[in-house]
Amino acid sequence: MTTMTLASKDLEVDAEGFLAHAEQWDESVARAIAKDAGIEPLTDRHWLVIKFMRERFLTAGTAPSIRTLGKESGVPIKELYQLFPKGPAKLAAKIGGIPKPKGCI
Amino acid sequence: MKRIVILGAGTAGTIMANRLSRRYGGDPDAPDVSITVVDQDDEHVYQPGLLFVPFGTYRPEQIVKPRRNFLPKRVRYVSSAIHHVAPEENRVYLENGDPLDYDVLVVATGSRVVPEETEGLTGPGWRDKMFDFYTPVGSSSLGRKLRTWPGGRLVINIVEMPIKCPVAPLEFAFLADAFFTKRGMRDKVDLVYVTPLDGAFTKPVASQALSHLLGDRNIRLVTEFSTGRVDGTAGELVSWDERVEPFDLLVTVPLHMGAEFVGRSPGLGDDMGFVLTDPATLQAKVRPNIFALGDATNVPASKAGSVAHFQAEILTENVVAYLAERELPASFDGHSNCFIETGYGRGLLIDFNYDVEPLPGKFPFAFGPLSLLKETRLNHLGKLLFRWIYWHLLLPGRDLVGIPTRMSIKGKRRPQPAAAGPGQEREVEGAITAARARTIEEDAP
Repeated sequence: MTTMTLASKDLEVDAEGFLAHAEQWDESVARAIAKDAGIEPLTDRHWLVIKFMRERFLTAGTAPSIRTLGKESGVPIKELYQLFPKGPAKLAAKIGGIPKPKGCI
Repeated sequence: MKRIVILGAGTAGTIMANRLSRRYGGDPDAPDVSITVVDQDDEHVYQPGLLFVPFGTYRPEQIVKPRRNFLPKRVRYVSSAIHHVAPEENRVYLENGDPLDYDVLVVATGSRVVPEETEGLTGPGWRDKMFDFYTPVGSSSLGRKLRTWPGGRLVINIVEMPIKCPVAPLEFAFLADAFFTKRGMRDKVDLVYVTPLDGAFTKPVASQALSHLLGDRNIRLVTEFSTGRVDGTAGELVSWDERVEPFDLLVTVPLHMGAEFVGRSPGLGDDMGFVLTDPATLQAKVRPNIFALGDATNVPASKAGSVAHFQAEILTENVVAYLAERELPASFDGHSNCFIETGYGRGLLIDFNYDVEPLPGKFPFAFGPLSLLKETRLNHLGKLLFRWIYWHLLLPGRDLVGIPTRMSIKGKRRPQPAAAGPGQEREVEGAITAARARTIEEDAP
């Protein structure tokens, strides 16, 4: 874990820049992470996904898969790839301040 | 009398049944325990053998045996599909027959391929020019196709991670190269490997070695390709971001999910049907008297038979401790050990855990060291020998001589990065810290 300054806050992050403590997140942190990832500005569609991811993680304890995002967030998978290029689940989790989704080994 | 119910009589469930049965049966002072095993059919498939069926190395009937043959006599076997688990009631509801009450539940129901989840995959062309090889019917129908296929563009594809045996599609690519070469038609076949990962494999050092090997075999690697749909009529694989890979023959590893009943069991699984499981104790998150192992869990280890074997030893200790109301003593380190067939009678071996990625070096083994992450004839022989080991030692839940449950770093070397400064630790003891710093969880695309 290292410390990183985002939106004028000192935040603990992992090796890939995912927040260590989801509760330290706020919208200004989200905007700062998004900007680093080349996503600017965050539109309503981005926020819909980010907030869905975050809420699901905080209530269920795990981040939703890309399939669940496509079925339940209100944003179809194809659009998810346009909003968050290459890895929507990963990128939306990072911007939403939750841990990196568990994928594969 | 304490009641243990094991769901699933595949690799993990069978090993658990044998280990627990021996543990409680052999000791006159052991508490009275009943063990019940549930499965929906009586066909135990030796899954590592599925890879060889398309190339005619094994016939399908050589890799299937009755499940009951591998379960101990004192275990009660119930043949039924599972409707759901009710964690609050400590009860399993079956599709056929009376519910089962348990004191400890072990979920070992594995994972399944779900080709229907990908648009177009089971449409026109399915099992005609589009195949999976993760099911007996898929691998044998692909075998029939390959015997007469005139050549063209063969695309090998992983739809989405996680999958069982993440090295199997790579092995398929290597074996296909050898197969077509042997038939004198390699020049008529374009081999393309299309993966959602950013390299050939999930872990950096092995990924680099395996990417090189693909290049050496003239197999084109297409990365970060998340399959959105398949068009069997046009012969096109299309990603979510609209990249297109044309094919004449598609060999795909479809999306994997846990058993269907997991989704119907409150709090048991994630949204892919994998049981939410503590990676160290293998206790389910939903209730302390539910445990899970093998492919059924969501722990960040490979979905592989070796993992089920190592976990079973850990989990036996924990189940015994739980029933004796002791603290859980055993902790799983994510150990995984896989042979990788590379064709032409050779193979690789990789050995890794949650913290240490597959590295080159030597693997100390009973009959002498095996080479890690390097093609040798001996590794290929190891893989072939493994089919015998599977039925006769692994399923009965015996300890495998020379293969410890916890991963050993003895003999492993971390390759020195080109730009490494002096004083950088070369041996793995020092590298563990570095490996720990690396995340062990790869991205879900």
